[in-house]
Amino acid sequence: MAQILNRDTALFHFLTRIGDSTLILGHRVSEWCGHSPMLEEDIALANTALDLIGHTRMWLGLAAEVEGKGRSADDLAFLRDSMDFTNLLLVEQPNGDFGQTMMRQLLFDAWHLPYLNALKSFPDPRVAGIAEKATKEVAYHVDRAADLVVRLGDGTHESHTRMQAALDELWPCVGEMFSTDEVDAMLAPDAPKPDRIRDAWDATILPTLARATLAVPATRFTRQGGKTGRHSEHLGHVLAQMQFLQRAYPGATW
Amino acid sequence: MVATIPRVAQVWDWLDEVPDPEIPVISLRDLGVIRDVRWEGDILSITITPTYSGCPATSLITLDIHSALADRGVDKVRVMQQLSPAWTTDWLSDKGRARLERYGIAPPGQAGGPDRCPHCGSDKLERISQFGSTPCKAAWRCMGCLEPFDYFKCI
Ligand SMILES: [Zn+2]
Repeated sequence: MAQILNRDTALFHFLTRIGDSTLILGHRVSEWCGHSPMLEEDIALANTALDLIGHTRMWLGLAAEVEGKGRSADDLAFLRDSMDFTNLLLVEQPNGDFGQTMMRQLLFDAWHLPYLNALKSFPDPRVAGIAEKATKEVAYHVDRAADLVVRLGDGTHESHTRMQAALDELWPCVGEMFSTDEVDAMLAPDAPKPDRIRDAWDATILPTLARATLAVPATRFTRQGGKTGRHSEHLGHVLAQMQFLQRAYPGATW
Repeated sequence: MVATIPRVAQVWDWLDEVPDPEIPVISLRDLGVIRDVRWEGDILSITITPTYSGCPATSLITLDIHSALADRGVDKVRVMQQLSPAWTTDWLSDKGRARLERYGIAPPGQAGGPDRCPHCGSDKLERISQFGSTPCKAAWRCMGCLEPFDYFKCI
C-alpha cells in the first residue's frame, strides 16, 4: 500500500480484501470438485465455491468500479501478482483432508456471516446491496460447516484426531480476521467493528467446538500479513493454477 | 415492427411465456426475478435480480429476455441488474409453485423444508443435503415412496 490513503482508495482496498478472500477460498474449495468423499459433499462443495466466486465477481467488480482505472473484476482476479492479493492467510491454506477443509470453512464462515451482516448497514448502497445478497447464501455455508465439524469431531477416534489437528494447524490464522489497520480506520465508523465480529464468531465457534468435543488451542501465536500482501508460500501455487490461462494466452475469452 | 408501443402489462404477459433456463416449467415472471418493467422514452427498461450470486443462469436470462422481446418486435430493450432487495423465494408465484411441484420439485415450505413429497404426497421426509443439483435446490428423500427429490430451498 504505497499510495496515500483517502476514502476512495481505502474503499478499493477494503473491497479487494473481501473479494480476494472469497476468490481464493472459492478457488480452494473448487479444487475438491470430483474428489470429495461422497457425491452429496462434492455437490455441496461445488455449490459453496460457486457462491463464493459469485460474491467475488460482485466485490471485485465494485472494487474495479471504485478504482476507476478501467480494470474489470477479471483483470483483478487474473492479472495481479501475489503481493497485490490481500486475502486472509486462512483461505489460502491447503485443503488438506476433507475434515481440514471443513474446519477452514467453519472458521471462515463464522467470521464471514457477521462481517456481511455488519456491512448491510454500510452507507454506500452498492456495498450494502452485495452484503445483503451474500448473507443469505453464507447462512447456509455456516450451518453446513458447523454440522460437519461436529459430526467429524465427535466421530471416530480417527476423525476426532484429524479434526483436532486441523484446528491446531489453522488456529494461528484466526487472529488476522479481527485485525484492523489504516484502511479500516479511514472507513470508520462504517467498517465492521472487530470486537463485535469477534463476539459473534465466538458465539458460533465455541459451542460448535464443544459439541464437536474439540479443544480450543492454547497457543496465542498469530500469523498476519495476508491483508497487506505478505502471504504464505501457498498463494503462489494457487495463482499459478488459477491465472495460468490468462498468463499464457493474454486476453483469451470463450 | 410493432405499429403501436406495447403496454407494460402486455410485456409482463410476454415475460410470463419466457421459461426459466434451468427449470423450464416455470416462467421468468413466476420465478420473481423480474422486478420492474417500464418505458423510458422508446426504450423498454427491464430490471432483473439474480436468484443466487454465482448462478450461471443470470446471463442466460438476460439473453432470453432480449430474444423473446425481439421476437415480438421490441428491439430497444435495456436489461438492468439490481441486487437489493435481494431475491427471495417468497417472490415465486403461486402458479410457479404449483408447476414446480407437478414437475417433481417441492416448492419452498413455511417450516424451511418441503411440506410433502412431490411424487406421492407423503409427509415422511428426510433431508439428504442442503445443497442440490443447482444453487437454488436442496436434496431430500421421501420415506413413503423412497424416491429422492429436489427441494427449492428458502432463501
Ligand atoms: Zn414420496
